[in-house]
Amino acid sequence: MSAANWRGAMNVQAPRAVAPESPRAGVAPPPPRRFSNPVRARHVVVLALLLAYPWFATPFFTFQIGAQALALGLIALSLTFLGGSGGMISLAQMTVAGLAGYMVAIFGSAATDGANLGWPWWLAVPLGMIIAVVAATFIGWLSVRTEGIYTIMITLAIGVGFHYLAVQNYAVFNGFQGMQKVFPPTLAGIYWRAPVPFYYLTLAWALAGYLFVMYLLRTPFGIALQGIRDNPRRMHALGFNVTAHRVAAYAVAGALAAVGGVLFTWYNGLVTPGSVGTGWLINILIIAVLGGMRHPVGAFLGAIVFVLLQNFAIDVFDRERFNLVIGVVFLVIVLFSRDGLLGWWAALSARMSTQRGGTPWRAASGRSYAR
Amino acid sequence: MTPVWKGFGALLIGIPILAFTAWGLQDNPRLFAVTLLNGLTLAALYFIVASGFTLVFGLMRNVNLAHGSLYLLGGYLGFFTAQVTGSWLLALAAGFAAAAVVGLAMQVSIFRFMPGQDLRQTMVTIGLSIVIADLLLWAIGAQVHQMSPPAWLDGPLRGLPVIRAYSTYRLSLLPMGIAIGVALWLFLNRTRVGMMIRAGVDDRVMLAAAGVNVNLVFATTFAIGAGLAGLGGVIGAVELSMVPGEDTRLLLTSLVVVIVGGMGSVVGAAIGAAILGLAETYGLAYAPTYSVVFTFVILVLVLAFRPRGILGRPA
Amino acid sequence: MESRKRTFVRALVAATVIAVIGGAAFAQSPPPVKIGLLATLEGPFAAGGQDGMRGAELAVRQRNGVVAGRKIEIIKASSDAKPEVAVNATRKLVEQDKVDIMVGPLSGSEGIAVKEYSKTQPNITFINGSSGAQATTLVNPSPNFFRFNTDGGQWMVGLGKAALDKGYKRVMVIAEDYAFPYSQVQGFMTEYCKLGGKVPVKAWVPLGGKDYSSVIARIPKDVDALVVVLGGADAVNFLNQYEQAGGDKPLVGGSITVSQDILNYKGKRRDSLVGTIAGAPVADAYDAPEWKAFVADYKKNFPDGYPSPSLFALVYYLNMKATLDGLEAVKGDLSDGQKKYREALSKLVLKSPVGDVKLDANRQAIGTTFITEVVKDAQGNLYNKVLRKIDNVNQTLGVPPAEFKVGSRDEPNCP
Repeated sequence: MSAANWRGAMNVQAPRAVAPESPRAGVAPPPPRRFSNPVRARHVVVLALLLAYPWFATPFFTFQIGAQALALGLIALSLTFLGGSGGMISLAQMTVAGLAGYMVAIFGSAATDGANLGWPWWLAVPLGMIIAVVAATFIGWLSVRTEGIYTIMITLAIGVGFHYLAVQNYAVFNGFQGMQKVFPPTLAGIYWRAPVPFYYLTLAWALAGYLFVMYLLRTPFGIALQGIRDNPRRMHALGFNVTAHRVAAYAVAGALAAVGGVLFTWYNGLVTPGSVGTGWLINILIIAVLGGMRHPVGAFLGAIVFVLLQNFAIDVFDRERFNLVIGVVFLVIVLFSRDGLLGWWAALSARMSTQRGGTPWRAASGRSYAR
Repeated sequence: MTPVWKGFGALLIGIPILAFTAWGLQDNPRLFAVTLLNGLTLAALYFIVASGFTLVFGLMRNVNLAHGSLYLLGGYLGFFTAQVTGSWLLALAAGFAAAAVVGLAMQVSIFRFMPGQDLRQTMVTIGLSIVIADLLLWAIGAQVHQMSPPAWLDGPLRGLPVIRAYSTYRLSLLPMGIAIGVALWLFLNRTRVGMMIRAGVDDRVMLAAAGVNVNLVFATTFAIGAGLAGLGGVIGAVELSMVPGEDTRLLLTSLVVVIVGGMGSVVGAAIGAAILGLAETYGLAYAPTYSVVFTFVILVLVLAFRPRGILGRPA
Repeated sequence: MESRKRTFVRALVAATVIAVIGGAAFAQSPPPVKIGLLATLEGPFAAGGQDGMRGAELAVRQRNGVVAGRKIEIIKASSDAKPEVAVNATRKLVEQDKVDIMVGPLSGSEGIAVKEYSKTQPNITFINGSSGAQATTLVNPSPNFFRFNTDGGQWMVGLGKAALDKGYKRVMVIAEDYAFPYSQVQGFMTEYCKLGGKVPVKAWVPLGGKDYSSVIARIPKDVDALVVVLGGADAVNFLNQYEQAGGDKPLVGGSITVSQDILNYKGKRRDSLVGTIAGAPVADAYDAPEWKAFVADYKKNFPDGYPSPSLFALVYYLNMKATLDGLEAVKGDLSDGQKKYREALSKLVLKSPVGDVKLDANRQAIGTTFITEVVKDAQGNLYNKVLRKIDNVNQTLGVPPAEFKVGSRDEPNCP
């Protein structure tokens, strides 16, 4: 890799050949920092569209499509972060998300025969998220001693174990029925589960999560994580504590999934063992792969496509063949694209650009997250 | 782990089990003995299905998450074969063959072109499992399909000591599992193809360098692994009936068996299946609301202390 | 150059996306009356769900697809006995497809979740499909959720006495662990315990669990019969494994344990089922002319259905018929938040093939229950013969409402 490419990837300024502007007590002023992610036109347009969305979409679209896609996207973002940047595909992200939802239902108010403490939301929600992050760390600790393909199997087994626990336990989890009527509170006179407020709530958290991941990937921790993804042995030789980094990555991903999980539970208005069953564990993977794991926005892209398919495929195809449609779409994307929709987009735009030469794949992979 | 710690660990696990056995025998010996048989027979079924899974994983590093769908496919085809021909043995052969053919097709037409891309292969198997399950649902419907055992295995076996009566078919699962285990062991350890497979598990590259047609070996292994799933399907169709949803259940059991027993090891699959089967049945018999917690705790303990499984080997 | 081309393509993509999403926002709603129909077409009750859809369709066909001058448009959806799947499907039907009336769901736990959802949609009328949990209309009822079928507890009225008449003084209960079997067991045990019966062991098994060997091992020697409240695939599994294990105790069935979809499963006909008594809102061999006409109609319209309509077919038929009868009564007028329609429904006396159905103050049906016994006919088909017919069964089963406790895992108890 040329020095210029490396600098571009690591966002380091080229050495300045120019002398400092004015000598001040012999100390040169520091070179102006270039922001690593300049705000481009497309960012502004997309943000404007997202903010204005409820004004031109029906309440159904705002709530069932928009808010659901954002909440699911946040959960899938945790997997994209963990898998794309950390190299660890964990199928237990929905487990963490569902656990956060369950804890909010247990500590807060819900219609259930099981445990129900009725604490106010500002106690229940943070507590639920802390518990979910602790669980995610535990899952991470269990899974990091193996790599790659083992992680999928182990996390799937853990996720299913939790599902059966939720189904069979009545004292805490209320078994098959789960917890109904888990709703966000009414704050400042606004009922936050009405379509438009809820949409903005999920949009705010989704943006926060997205920006947080973008920022994290540029910190030393994020870069070390990507290094561990590419070559753990070399990172270990360089002195990095590979296991600790990985477990920390699981914890961060757990926090993202927990936020998404609470939002998704509020969206559904209930949390049941079905929410953390095999179907949903795999759906999150499908969403992340669909969108593409190379960039955090892929999670949200995948979520939008998934939610649209979920709601409208059955209008086009036979009502009962929804699973077949999703399965075929997923297969097509995995077989014919290196990285989901983003991979197709990268190949397409590289083909159309004559600036980068070379094959589409090499040109596309020359991009880093610093765009 | 030093011998001291190993001994300590063995005591930590062994003493509660002995204590429970002593209590169970004096509390209700019939229930204890029946549950033991239930657990071992269930373990035999799990072993048959999981052995195919671990074979494919051990050699080709391919986590075949469509394994459950192959189980379902074999089971349904076996059911229809039995209906048409009336022969359970023919149904077994048909189930094995159908699943083997589909597995072969998957390997030759899809996985062969993705060498080394473990993750991508796994995701393809996920997609395939969804598609196959839905196609089966479409073709066959959601009705329960309960296969009958052959006449010579039908009905209960009476007059047994302590347990009085037991399902003949269920009891026959045990010799079936053992027979298949022994056959598999003989195949892997006493035939040329088996030797090639074992060599491939240890070092794929050297196997190719030694002049063996690696693709052929892979294809054979996948076919056998898939066929075992189908065989398990026909056997399970009698004991547990065929219904959409069985594929996920059996896939997850295979996963847990292989994680506990060790990836790529057939003996490990036997041990894992025994542990899982016994834990499940004893849990269901003595503490139904917490039976899955036992399985989970075992899984967590194994992962914490032996991440590759009890008999697992490094990749 | 290239950047302009790139911008153009991106603008095109964005425009397409906006057009698709915005365009859908301007969808029109056509004049026919749209009725959403939800049943479990996947999962453990898939076969029952299919028959339920047949029953609902029969009600529509009997009116030739038109009610009060408006064409009936049925939009179907599927769930898999899981509450959140049912709510999502219902939400899509109500909010996206803009149905006027919602009929469904099939399973007990789904019914409770859909009832909670119905409270957020006060302008849509929700009518039950076949869900039979007591809590749906008894605990926190919803003002726009109507149930024209009796619930699981009501279906077991009279069975306790019938069991004691047959000499079953001690029974073991084996039931699935969710809302509907709780109601069924409560309905059975309320009468059975009061008349002196004893239930030493209750075994709750997970829905969709396949291995009953442990439960069968726990059956005590000194019980006279097993009360089996399992449905769909679970019932078939249990019956098969019990017979294979050499079990020979007589069975008392829950309402969906000896329903037609079980008596007709693909496999050897289980002779051990003959003689099983059960309680249900339907009896295959009921000889009233309305019932016979209904059966003939079912067989004519659905040659690929069961030899006799199952419980699910009848109950979905009842609810859909009530929907349409109510529409007829208000001449198709669903204006003003459907207030007139709901009043008409509350006052409706439904003429069903098994007798009249009225609604109580919680919009819960008061209807007829049959005590049946399984017999084999000349062709070797199994069907349910009527032992007793009980009319006007209300939701509190004749117990004063203040004393009535909804069924749960531990209530009632008489070891």
